[in-house]
Amino acid sequence: MTSTVTYLKEQFKQGPSNGREGILHDLRQNAYHRFNTFGIPTAKHEEWKYTRVSGLFNKEYQFGNSASASSLTQKEILHSGILPLHDGANILVFVNGLYSASLSVVRSSQLQVLPLEEAAFGEYRDIISAHLGRSSSSINDGINALNTAFFHGGLFIHAKPGLVTGHPVYVYYIADSRSGNVFSQPRLLVHLGENARLELVETFSTIGDSESFTNKVTEIVVEQDARLEYYTIQNDSNQSSQVNTTHIRQTGRSHTHSVIISLNGALIRNNLNLVFEAPYCESRLYGLYCLNGQSHIDNHTVVDNTKPNCLSNELYKGIVGGNATAVFNGKIFVRQDAQKTNAYQSNKNILVSDTATVNSKPQLEIFADDVKCSHGCTVGSLDDEALFYLRSRGLSEDHAKSLLLQAFALDILEKINSVPVRTYVNELISQRLEIDLP
Amino acid sequence: MLSIRNLHAGIEGKEILNGINLEIKAGEVHAIMGPNGSGKSTLASVLAGRQVYEVSRGSIDFLGKDLLELSAEDRAREGLFLAFQYPVEIPGLTTTNFIKTAVNETRKYRGEDPLDAVAFLKLMREKMALVNIDQSLLSRSLNEGFSGGEKKRNEIFQMAMLQPKLAILDETDSGLDIDAIRVVASGVNKLRNKENAVLLVTHYQRLLDYITPDFVHVLYNGRIVRSGPKELALELEERGYDFIKHENGLAAEV
Repeated sequence: MTSTVTYLKEQFKQGPSNGREGILHDLRQNAYHRFNTFGIPTAKHEEWKYTRVSGLFNKEYQFGNSASASSLTQKEILHSGILPLHDGANILVFVNGLYSASLSVVRSSQLQVLPLEEAAFGEYRDIISAHLGRSSSSINDGINALNTAFFHGGLFIHAKPGLVTGHPVYVYYIADSRSGNVFSQPRLLVHLGENARLELVETFSTIGDSESFTNKVTEIVVEQDARLEYYTIQNDSNQSSQVNTTHIRQTGRSHTHSVIISLNGALIRNNLNLVFEAPYCESRLYGLYCLNGQSHIDNHTVVDNTKPNCLSNELYKGIVGGNATAVFNGKIFVRQDAQKTNAYQSNKNILVSDTATVNSKPQLEIFADDVKCSHGCTVGSLDDEALFYLRSRGLSEDHAKSLLLQAFALDILEKINSVPVRTYVNELISQRLEIDLP
Repeated sequence: MLSIRNLHAGIEGKEILNGINLEIKAGEVHAIMGPNGSGKSTLASVLAGRQVYEVSRGSIDFLGKDLLELSAEDRAREGLFLAFQYPVEIPGLTTTNFIKTAVNETRKYRGEDPLDAVAFLKLMREKMALVNIDQSLLSRSLNEGFSGGEKKRNEIFQMAMLQPKLAILDETDSGLDIDAIRVVASGVNKLRNKENAVLLVTHYQRLLDYITPDFVHVLYNGRIVRSGPKELALELEERGYDFIKHENGLAAEV
């Protein structure tokens, strides 16, 4: 039994701090049982074969409480230079896993933002009850259950019809590790009502030199004719680790578009689980990881087609240097009812050092007979002939490599429709490809 | 300008060039012809610095510098240009961005200031007209989805932009129809002057109908077995390469 787990179990017995649980009670109890059943996954667990998280639970952490949330000022956060900024954006700040209303700015009237515990008792009680913990319940790993059993200080976001992308929602997950290692478990439930449009941007940052470990769960429900654009940027410190789980459920004919950019961190595990629960849904899923040093990144994606006529197109690309490790595992399920499914998946990697590692595993499980599906992965190094071509025109070897890698990254970067996010990410990527990589 | 002496080179221990001697002076056009496998493209590659080839003996002097001591990029910056037989497709990198980087890295090497956007655009417009290439092609990813003719025209456009002292055209005519050959040849002819030189590597005589060489060299089994005026190319066209093989007593091996 690990110290963190022991501590959490004691906490659970004491019950939640505010004592009001209502519809959250059963959810937490069930999750706690699942956590006890599944525990922290070891390398024997097929889904965690290449990513060892148990060590992270052996460390000592401070746990998020409301006192630590207040010690950072908005200025310190917004001017830290580590986050993408956008003047028109709604800014939602979590510090050590807890939503901080005082650090946040809500600008859109079509956006309802409430602490989850509060939303569970008011006007949105039915939505919370229908959707919170729904998608995560199918996941048989203890880490997801751990978040649900202990979530506290989470947030509910409800997008009403007509929210335009001029007012995107930027969520900053800040870990304040200035006075020691910190463990946090942010929780977010995002509900896009019929016809709503939402641009959601999530970024992770650690302020301080000690270690941070974030176990985040975001659930997104996309109703009929709604449209989600979802960007994630992971450029955290070398002392930061995270298990970043996002469940997207498209409950009506709807469209989602996601891009996840990963540049830095000690250990990053992304779980992106997408379920089409209605016919004629569409989703585009893109990812770019560009790593060096000792970073470890693991992208696990699931696209679950349960209804007919849905389309998904997934492309993840990686540039892996230094001693870094990248893992990609993409699953596509096509259930028996999901005829006329179009599902495509591809993972492409370039290794730029002899000591970098990539493990890629695309998987298709098809139970319907009238579908179009493809998957594939490549792992290689830079093309020598292309390198020679550029050098034969007078480009230095380093410059030629940098241009080729930027060209490789481009078809993901151009999928970022938001200009401020794209500009911010482009800058990070060109810095990384010009200076850092061997 | 270029002086090759007793050049021996090969790949993975297999010798392909067996003692090449060649002198090229400013203002001259030389054509290297020869049957398949004679070493033509190897010679072009060794000159441009393709790393898979190993030079075992001999020397190459280019404008007073030891060419073999220079990296591929420094050879380019010193004024050597290779038009590729198979130009590489690079999705995600536009020709414009690529050639701008190339021009400015070369200028930097020569101690010149980089061209600003206006000056670069002016130079580009001028050279585009010279090789009859469309702006829209240059805004696209480098060679991606280009036809054979477009790729070769793009090579000549790059040559025009970089203004090399010595241009090596490796089988530039291969895979092109007669109209495309005319366009490419006309571009090369417009770029010729007293200060620069051209080395044409070709299997067929037809390119030489449009770019007239001062000297023709026949390469066979890694050596230049015959050199002569432009009429030599016509003789080769008429008689085929077999007579060269017979003259050199090696027909049985081929």
